[in-house]
Amino acid sequence: MSTAGLEQLCASREIVITCGSGGVGKTTTAAAVGAMAASQLGGKVLVLTVDPARRLATALGLERFGNVETQVPPELFAAAGVEPKGELWAAMLDTKQSWDDLVKAHAPDPETRDAILANPLYRNITSKFVQSHDYIAMERLHEIHRSGRYDLIVVDTPPTRNAIDFLEAPDRMADFFSSRLLRWLITPYRSRLVNAASKPFYTIADRILGSQFLADIAEFFVLFQTMYDGFVERAEAVSRTIADRRTTFVVVSTLEDAPVREAEFFMQALVERELHLGALVLNKVLPPWFADDAAAEVADRLVREGPEVAAELARVGGADVGEPAQVARVLREIGQSYDDYRIVATREREKAASLARHPELVVSAPHLDHDVSDLTGLVALGRALW
Amino acid sequence: MGRDLELLERRLLFVTGKGGVGKTSVAAALGLLAAGRGQRTLLVEIDAKGSLADVLETRPTTFEPREVAPGLFAMSMDTEESLREYLKLQLRIPLLARIGPLAKSLDFVATAAPGVKEILTVGKIAWEVRERHYDLVVVDASATGHVVGQLAAPEAINELVQVGRIRDQTRWMIDLLSDPVVTGTVVVATPEEMPVTETLELVDRLEVETRVPLAAVMVNKVLPELFGRGEQEVFDRLCEQPHRSQLASVVAGPVDPVLDGADLAVRLRRSRAEHITRLRTELPRDLPLFYVPYLFTRAHGMRTTRTLADAVGAELGY
Repeated sequence: MSTAGLEQLCASREIVITCGSGGVGKTTTAAAVGAMAASQLGGKVLVLTVDPARRLATALGLERFGNVETQVPPELFAAAGVEPKGELWAAMLDTKQSWDDLVKAHAPDPETRDAILANPLYRNITSKFVQSHDYIAMERLHEIHRSGRYDLIVVDTPPTRNAIDFLEAPDRMADFFSSRLLRWLITPYRSRLVNAASKPFYTIADRILGSQFLADIAEFFVLFQTMYDGFVERAEAVSRTIADRRTTFVVVSTLEDAPVREAEFFMQALVERELHLGALVLNKVLPPWFADDAAAEVADRLVREGPEVAAELARVGGADVGEPAQVARVLREIGQSYDDYRIVATREREKAASLARHPELVVSAPHLDHDVSDLTGLVALGRALW
Repeated sequence: MGRDLELLERRLLFVTGKGGVGKTSVAAALGLLAAGRGQRTLLVEIDAKGSLADVLETRPTTFEPREVAPGLFAMSMDTEESLREYLKLQLRIPLLARIGPLAKSLDFVATAAPGVKEILTVGKIAWEVRERHYDLVVVDASATGHVVGQLAAPEAINELVQVGRIRDQTRWMIDLLSDPVVTGTVVVATPEEMPVTETLELVDRLEVETRVPLAAVMVNKVLPELFGRGEQEVFDRLCEQPHRSQLASVVAGPVDPVLDGADLAVRLRRSRAEHITRLRTELPRDLPLFYVPYLFTRAHGMRTTRTLADAVGAELGY
């Protein structure tokens, strides 16, 4: 069983960021940790999630609320047989809405604000670009943390192509807005054409993109430039929040090849950036009894000697189990099934061993029968992790 | 619609799906299968995370395709390289001298101009298909969240850019990508809640937002049915006392792990069956749905990919 739990971690931090590759149960883990923290530790706990499963959203009472922080009704805890010490709140990240809010906060005047919000390029960039999701998630986290409204914030990170993308998003955003290239691009279009040094670039760019499109881009950035100071300052503050000692990272993985590789890569990235790795949560782990050698021998025997075992079983009083040939078949099938799952369980144990360079950080959760669909399920998962 | 066309008769397949469903493995398996049937096949990894090299057990793939098995070539997408190649081939611009500043600013242009990165990706792939360098190109495409933007890029660019060279270029790409005899999307799912939900949403979005035809949905990691007719009842009685103890005394060893293990297998299979049912009932009727079994194997790399290719081949009727 696990030697560690998340209780200590949650009790000593203000921000818990879960990360890992897609499909490992990251969102559910974040919600389960939030539910446990709210019920066991007390205080106000917020789960900030990106894209929850519909059933999970319903379980948290999230469906109607989107970007707005909403309290999970205490009755849901009561129905799950839990008397919470604190409050659980939840919010979903609406990228578009969050970008709009950011623009509204930083635009120098209403005209610029409206011009940016109406710009088709702005809409494209904010709604389609993955990097903008990464950035806005961290930005929103920073904003909520700074407000001081919560004792603990559990964040579920967006499914990035590369797990470390969102760590770098604030820096990249700051780089982007302070880049020479950007300043160069937003110098008036005509004056650049007479500049001999940049002419080849524009000649090529014109031929590829068409000059009107290029001019549109330039115009968009002229508008955005007005928010430069605010943005860079903000991006740097967001970076500081992530590196703050009140923040910890929980890496989530299953014991399959690709997620494990990603988890290793991610833990390494955290170390390199001197960020705090709080725990490694392993989800959907097969039960330890698949490692039982004596049981494996029993399984082998059921496969090899099904009819003999069935006959013997009937003789010792098990005649009412079923017709012997059918019982023999069932015995063979369950023996075979045990062997099959044992192969997977063995591979899982090897993977877990390779991941556990910091065994004190490893927390395992079992394979659940069903996807978590209500607070009862979340609390059950949470207890396994706690 | 082209949906009655056999999967590998097309010339371009985009394999997509939610993260974690085995999209890369399925793409590699389709590639191996096609190459094994004598088709000269190119596998393209879009998000260069190195997963494709892992399942093929080969050194990291590069933009320059490399033969990784007889008749099977693999490459990874690199938009900067793609731009260089495009400039060289289409605009006949002398290399490097003038590309320098352009290549350096690519990241910027890609961020500023929506769709540039996507068009360089899709454009390179479509070009390989048009030039008939391969009989089949299988793309390990982006995950559900990004693939629609990628596949819709030529049309988006076509709408945004009113004049210029790129607009001319997008025309033939759109024709190629929207031809159901040439191109198809394969959505990979696993029988779990989120992958099924995302698959259903993606199928909708692909039909509404792109003109790239859907070829099939593949359900990966399908657990086997443990018991035949009437056997579940036998198993249930076996799990009850006194039979549980009787069995333990007959085999003179621990039976609980074996019985509990079978029970777990049954429950996992049952909860997954619900998701398969949901997928089957909610997908368009004429969209082929294939099932790929879960592989109980401790192997990884090429060996597993070959096993998977065999399983996919059996399901496709090859």
